[in-house]
Amino acid sequence: MTNSRLVPFAIVAVGALYFFLPLVATFEFSLSMLRGIWSFEAYRVVFDDPRFRETFVFSVVAALATIVLGALLVVPTAYWVRLKFPRLRPLVEFITLLPLVIPPIVLVFGYLRLYNSSSFLPFTGSALGTNILLVFGYVILSLPYMFRAVDTGMAAIDIRTLTEAAESLGARRPTILFKVILPNVRAAVLSGAFLTFAIVIGEFVLASLLNRPAFGPYLALMGANRAYEPAALAVIAFAVTWACMALLQVVGSQAPGRSRSGRSLFKLGRRAAR
Amino acid sequence: MSFLQISNVSKRFGVNTVVRDFDLGVERGEFVSFLGPSGCGKTTMLRMIAGFETPSAGNIVIDGEDVTDTRPNRRRIGMVFQAYALFPNLSVADNVAFGLKVAGRPKSEIEPRVAEMLALIKLPHLAERYPYQLSGGQQQRVALARALAPSPRVLLLDEPLSALDAQIRLSLREEIRALQRELGITTIFVTHDQEEALSISDRIVVMSDGRIEQCGAPFEIYNRPTSRFVASFVGTLSLLDGVRESGSTVAVNGTSVTLAEPPQGATGAPVTLALRPEAVKLEPSPERINRLSARVEDTQFLGSVVRLKLSVAGGIILADTFNRPTAPPPLRGALVDLYFSPSDVFALKPGAAPGPATAA
Repeated sequence: MTNSRLVPFAIVAVGALYFFLPLVATFEFSLSMLRGIWSFEAYRVVFDDPRFRETFVFSVVAALATIVLGALLVVPTAYWVRLKFPRLRPLVEFITLLPLVIPPIVLVFGYLRLYNSSSFLPFTGSALGTNILLVFGYVILSLPYMFRAVDTGMAAIDIRTLTEAAESLGARRPTILFKVILPNVRAAVLSGAFLTFAIVIGEFVLASLLNRPAFGPYLALMGANRAYEPAALAVIAFAVTWACMALLQVVGSQAPGRSRSGRSLFKLGRRAAR
Repeated sequence: MSFLQISNVSKRFGVNTVVRDFDLGVERGEFVSFLGPSGCGKTTMLRMIAGFETPSAGNIVIDGEDVTDTRPNRRRIGMVFQAYALFPNLSVADNVAFGLKVAGRPKSEIEPRVAEMLALIKLPHLAERYPYQLSGGQQQRVALARALAPSPRVLLLDEPLSALDAQIRLSLREEIRALQRELGITTIFVTHDQEEALSISDRIVVMSDGRIEQCGAPFEIYNRPTSRFVASFVGTLSLLDGVRESGSTVAVNGTSVTLAEPPQGATGAPVTLALRPEAVKLEPSPERINRLSARVEDTQFLGSVVRLKLSVAGGIILADTFNRPTAPPPLRGALVDLYFSPSDVFALKPGAAPGPATAA
């Protein structure tokens, strides 16, 4: 190996070590709960903990609600802006990027000031209200990813001509949106959805300050009080996130018009393998 | 009143007037083409009929119903786009069924209608395919079937052949015309291709700069263009500048050319004469009484036709002669006489929009 190839190789190796070493160490540590042997004891403890299941289910449900609400907000907005107000697109894009700039802590304190139990809209007065507020907050946090994904998906199809074609055939706007536009940006919505899922599953600030039993605060609690379980949890959370990313890759690689609702998981797997 | 009546329609985008005082009546079952260069307003006019643009002035009436402010989805028109615009997520059959489903027709009616439409475009075997699995020509035929399935009152075709390659363009254009005749559907066809317009239309509306330049049957548009613009846009034409003499003759650089009828303008006024290449011959005949001396600048052998580029005093004239194996075309530089009859030369309206000279 010549010197000129050694340097890039070394850089890649250092980068890989930087990335994988902590992961490997965490995984190794999570296996060493029982002294002297490697075992999945920490994972057994985690899965046996009812709070793990409760908080995980809570966060999954919150994530799904966020995805549905986010898609219902973003798809019509992106469609309408592209169709009727293309000049406003930079502005809308800027607004959707704000959550990346404004820390969630600012968002949640704003919520608590506006929607506390003695305000005109007492969202935090009940558990259900607080859950709804939490989902609203998650929609905001996922906005940059959702909007980007959907907007890019819309750029890939000629939404104006498709809209006009559907209109000339007698379709009304809601029909066009749900029968023509949405199915054709399905892959984009899904990739936005997986990113949203990954964000919501591990989110801490909003859930903690609104005092909801979500997975993020549970992770933090375990990390503060236990030794081996947090490592196992970190690996689990990592696996869930990477599964989401893999799904995103598979769905994202389907060009519009080539996706069929009836596609089997087997075919998806084959595609992923290629 | 005509089946489709467009009265005094204008369209402005900001300070730009794209369509001016457009007046046209289209009879039931008629095939009318809007022909013009890009930016002449033909597509904008079509989109106003479809309802995608609202006229700034004037109104549009279909079958006695004023649709000027009617939403596109209530106009019962069918439209075919240059980019096909098939719904990528739906199969061919579902694409064709879309309009019928939206209209809430029962399944028992939709299925036979879709089958009928697919048979009409000769693609019944592709019903389950998706648009991305079809060629451009097949996609456009499906788009045509989709537009026709809900039995629209008017069919609008927005340069439907422009994205296809030459051979398919030719066959699909014949298919469109045959289908249109069979169904008797009133059709507006937008194109910038004069050959396309001449070959399939009942009537052609030649447009320039938002205005109707001339409206008439293809025969009329080709043989009797009323303006220099139409003359230069439709077919090939040689132009000669001359000066009006008394009677129906025009002096072109000292040589008198006789016209069938006296041109407009006073004696001594400048006149532009136009000649089709096929009207100019190198042999005299009892009708071809006009004679000009010319020099052969170039010969183009086009197979059945030989096109000669001849320079005369006052301009360049193109002449198409049939190929005869026994008589080779004149050589470059040869001096010849060319002949044409008074009924084949016409004076263009003075003051009409100037078009580019086409003697090249």
